[in-house]
Order: sequence, then structure tokens, then C-alpha cells
Amino acid sequence: MIAYQLSVFAENRPGRLDHITGVLAQANINIRAIKISDLGEHGVVKMLVDDPGSAYRALKQAGLLVSQKEIVAVAVEDRPGGLHDVLQILTRQRVNVEDSYGFVLRDRAVLVIEVADVAETMVLLKAAGLHLLSKQEIYAL
Amino acid sequence: MYWEPHLETMPRARLRELQRQRLQATLQRAAASAYYQRMFQEAGVAADRIEGLEDLRRLPFTTKQHLREGYPFEFLTIRKEDVVRLHSSSGTTGQATVVCHNAHDLAMWANLIARCMYMTGARPADVFQNMTGYGMFTGGLGFHYGAERLGMLTVPAGAGNSKRQIKFMQDFGTTILHAIPSYALHLLSVFEETGVDPKRDLRLKIAYLGAEPYSEHTRRRVEAGLGAKVFNSYGLSEMSGPGVAFECPEQNGMHIWEDAYLVEVLNPTTLEPVPDGEEGELVLTTLDREAMPLIRYRTRDLTAILPGACPCGRTHKRIARIKGRSDDMFIIKGVNVFPMQVETLLMSVPEVGRNYRILLENEGPMDTMTVQVEVQHEFFRGDIKGVKALQQRITAALKGELLFTPKVALVEPDSLPKSEGKAVRVVDRRRKE
Repeated sequence: MIAYQLSVFAENRPGRLDHITGVLAQANINIRAIKISDLGEHGVVKMLVDDPGSAYRALKQAGLLVSQKEIVAVAVEDRPGGLHDVLQILTRQRVNVEDSYGFVLRDRAVLVIEVADVAETMVLLKAAGLHLLSKQEIYAL
Repeated sequence: MYWEPHLETMPRARLRELQRQRLQATLQRAAASAYYQRMFQEAGVAADRIEGLEDLRRLPFTTKQHLREGYPFEFLTIRKEDVVRLHSSSGTTGQATVVCHNAHDLAMWANLIARCMYMTGARPADVFQNMTGYGMFTGGLGFHYGAERLGMLTVPAGAGNSKRQIKFMQDFGTTILHAIPSYALHLLSVFEETGVDPKRDLRLKIAYLGAEPYSEHTRRRVEAGLGAKVFNSYGLSEMSGPGVAFECPEQNGMHIWEDAYLVEVLNPTTLEPVPDGEEGELVLTTLDREAMPLIRYRTRDLTAILPGACPCGRTHKRIARIKGRSDDMFIIKGVNVFPMQVETLLMSVPEVGRNYRILLENEGPMDTMTVQVEVQHEFFRGDIKGVKALQQRITAALKGELLFTPKVALVEPDSLPKSEGKAVRVVDRRRKE
């Protein structure tokens, strides 16, 4: 039910990102969304892919530091104020967003959020009437 | 439990008498070499006038620089025709040096190493896999001949090719191995990769680690990973190689074989002896070497004599784990740093992988020190916060020890140069004046 994103540790030097995407291309993995958090000399690359299990194994095999993390993906209306509506709900429910990124794919806008308690946040958001993307929906985006 | 009970447990008074006789013979011999003849003359000492051990301090020191000047054969006391082997140092920091051996020297050396290994529980029925480089590196041939002298099945595997090493261990039923510490750490990660669990799949009981200084944490990590007892080994090529000092089953200091080496521990600045228990530079005189005796050789290794008797019954003194070399110390921001201090700290952080490197660079007029650390797979949770926290924790620990704040760079696993030879732990890229 819950979807996973991949996080990969990467040094901040030329060729490291290219190495990661190369491994995924080799394993025939399609990347749906990517976010890079930079910490100076190193960073963490976060990705939504169509087959997290295979991608995880391929990256690990290649000797990379990789981990899988549960995330919540919320469908956002693709209009001014759409994202704001979602964040207001989270604020009202006092959910702290640890990290987040959004993307628009074809006609769908999606907000990915990392929170401490994924299951509980999903219940809260659903109760507020938001559409959460299922695992299948995310991977098939 | 003793390879040579009469020598290993010899009462101190008799041991000193043996040393006195051997010192006299050694000095007589040394005077036959071109180099010492000149040196004794310049220092105004007559070798035959040195009677007791207390007279030793009237003799000049021998240093690495002297060995370079006497390269290759000026220290020989015998005809070159009677030399049966030489070992040459790498010479990475200048002109190479050589140590020559005759048949007696090689037999004596092999016997000392056999004595060391027997002390730790090695027996003729054991299978010994020697995983260090052969050739000029004294650790390879030294342990090889020592193991054969003891009567073990000796596998001269050499360094590198870790997967083949593991296959040998499985096929031949290896019980004892010898490696340099950085390679032993590397091997642990290969075990993980290949899915071979040494504790379940192998019959290892003992591992010898030496040639590079390493911390107690590293020892415990290798012991836990291999399911074998790890013993510290000390030697240096100028003193033939390994076999100078070795740990007994107490694993508390290394017995230095005083029938073969005369031991002094001196303050490296004043060159005055320090009392037992106090740290200083180890200075050694060979007592049983014919082709090329060395008098008061300054090893540059820092250690201390451990006071008191060892419960194992051996009367030969024990030296503490080598803290570093007085010459691998570097100075940054006015602080003297030994790579060993950094390693000790890093290895006490469980998230830290097996490899690290210290980079010294210039940033404008400032010197900077960056410690590159490999992160262990199992500790990466995928969040930038955890990574940052780890970096801060390592920085704080190092700062506490070094009293300045180094940079800590977390790097991907296996991204630092692998060490199948001696690991390069310090890279100094600072401008030289």
C-alpha cells in the first residue's frame, strides 16, 4: 500500500549523479521524479522510480549507499493555491514535513512528502478528502 | 607452551649476562664493517673497551640516514660472497636502504618468528595462509620461513585477490592467517559481499596483524569479523623484519626478544632514557646478527616498556602498542598529530567504515585537514539529517582529541583507494616552502 522512494548517498563531485542514473538505466528503471539535497561535499539523491525493489538491488550491487523510505504522495489540483490547500491541512493537523518535493506529470500534479509517521499522515489526509496516490498509481505514473 | 623455554623464561640476571656477552661479540663484529670502523673512530670509542651494558650509552646512534649513506654494502662485516639474501626498503622518502643476511641470520630470524607464533598457540598441525606481499617486504618472507620452521602447512598466498584468498581458506582449511591491518579490514567487507561467514564457514583461530600501526578498536573489529584471536606483531626491516616483538596470549603488550635485541627507550628530544611506563623512542641493538649488526638503531617508533612481570611466565620485557612513528607525525595548526590518534577515534564510531584518509591542504594562507571517512551501508537511512548528524558527531569527536576543528568528508563506500599494500593514510598536498 505504502510507496517507497529511494535515497542514495552521493559525493558532490563530477560524475557521481551520472553514475547513479547509469546504474538505473542499465537496470531498465524509469525515474519518475528526482530531487537532490546538497550538503556541501556530499548530498542525498531522492528518486521515485517505477520499480523500487529492482532499483534498490541494482544500486546496492553497484556499491552505492542506498536506502528505501516510505513516503506519502498526494494528488494536488493543478491550479494556483492547489499546493497551499494541502499544506494548510498538514499544518492544521500539526504534521511536520521532514522533506518534500513536487512534480507535474502530464495532467497530474503530485506532492511527495516525508513525515515521521507515514500511516497516520495518510489517514489524516484521506479524512480531509485528499486523494492519495496508491503504490500502483505512483509507480505507473 | 614455550618454543624455547630456557630462553623465554630465563631469569633477568642471566638474560642480562647473555646480553652483555652478545653485545661484546656484536661490537667486535661491527668494527669489521667499513661504516662502523669509521663511526667508532670518529666517536673516539674502541669497541673492545665497551664491557657492560651501561657502557652502551657511550656509543653513537645509527639512523636511517646512516644506512642510506652506507648503501649498499658498507655495513657488511662479511664478504659479499657469504651473503645469502638482502632485503631493500622501499625508499619512498629518499634513497633506499638494504639489510644483508648470511645463513645464520636467516635461521635466527626464522626461529624468532617461529617462537612468536608458537607463543600464540600455532602448532605444526596448523594451516598458515600468508597474505602479505612477498619480495622485498620483510613481512612476507619473514613469516613464511618462520611458519615453515615451526612446521605448519604454509600457503604463500601473497597479497591481494581477496576472492581467491577466501577460496584458499575454504579449500585448505586455513587456521591461521597473516595480513597487514588495512588489508584485514578490507577482507571483512569481501566476506560480506561473497556471503562467506568466517565464523560459520571457516576454521580460523588466529590472525597476525602488523607492519602498520592500528588501534585496539581495529583489532576488536577484525577479531569479531573473523571469529579469530588477533595478535599484534612488531618489527622493522632494519631489525630483519617481523619477529622483534610479539603478543603472548595475554594480549597485553608485546614481548620484545631480549636475547636478540638490546632495548632502550629514549626521550626523542633529549635522547635520555625514560623510566619504564613512560613513552619514548625505541632504540635497538642487534645481539645475534652476523652479516650486518646494527648498533643503537633509532627506530623512530614511539612506545613504552610495560612495567611488571607478565603472567605468561616469559621474562622478556613487553612494549606497548606502537603509538606512531616520530616521523609520521604531522603538524597542522601548530598541533602535533599522529594518524593513529585519528584512527582510534574513527574506529570507535560504529557508523564509520573500514577505510579513511587524511588530506592536508592549503586554503589561502591556512592549512586545512580533511578526514575522509567511508560510511557503512547499514547506517544510511536515506535522510540528509542523519548524514549531517554523523558528520557533526565525528567532527566533534576529532575536535575533542585534536583541539582544532578538522573537516570531515563522508565518502561513498569503497571510494577511497583500496589497500592491498601498505595503506596510505595521510596525503599531504600542502605547499612546501
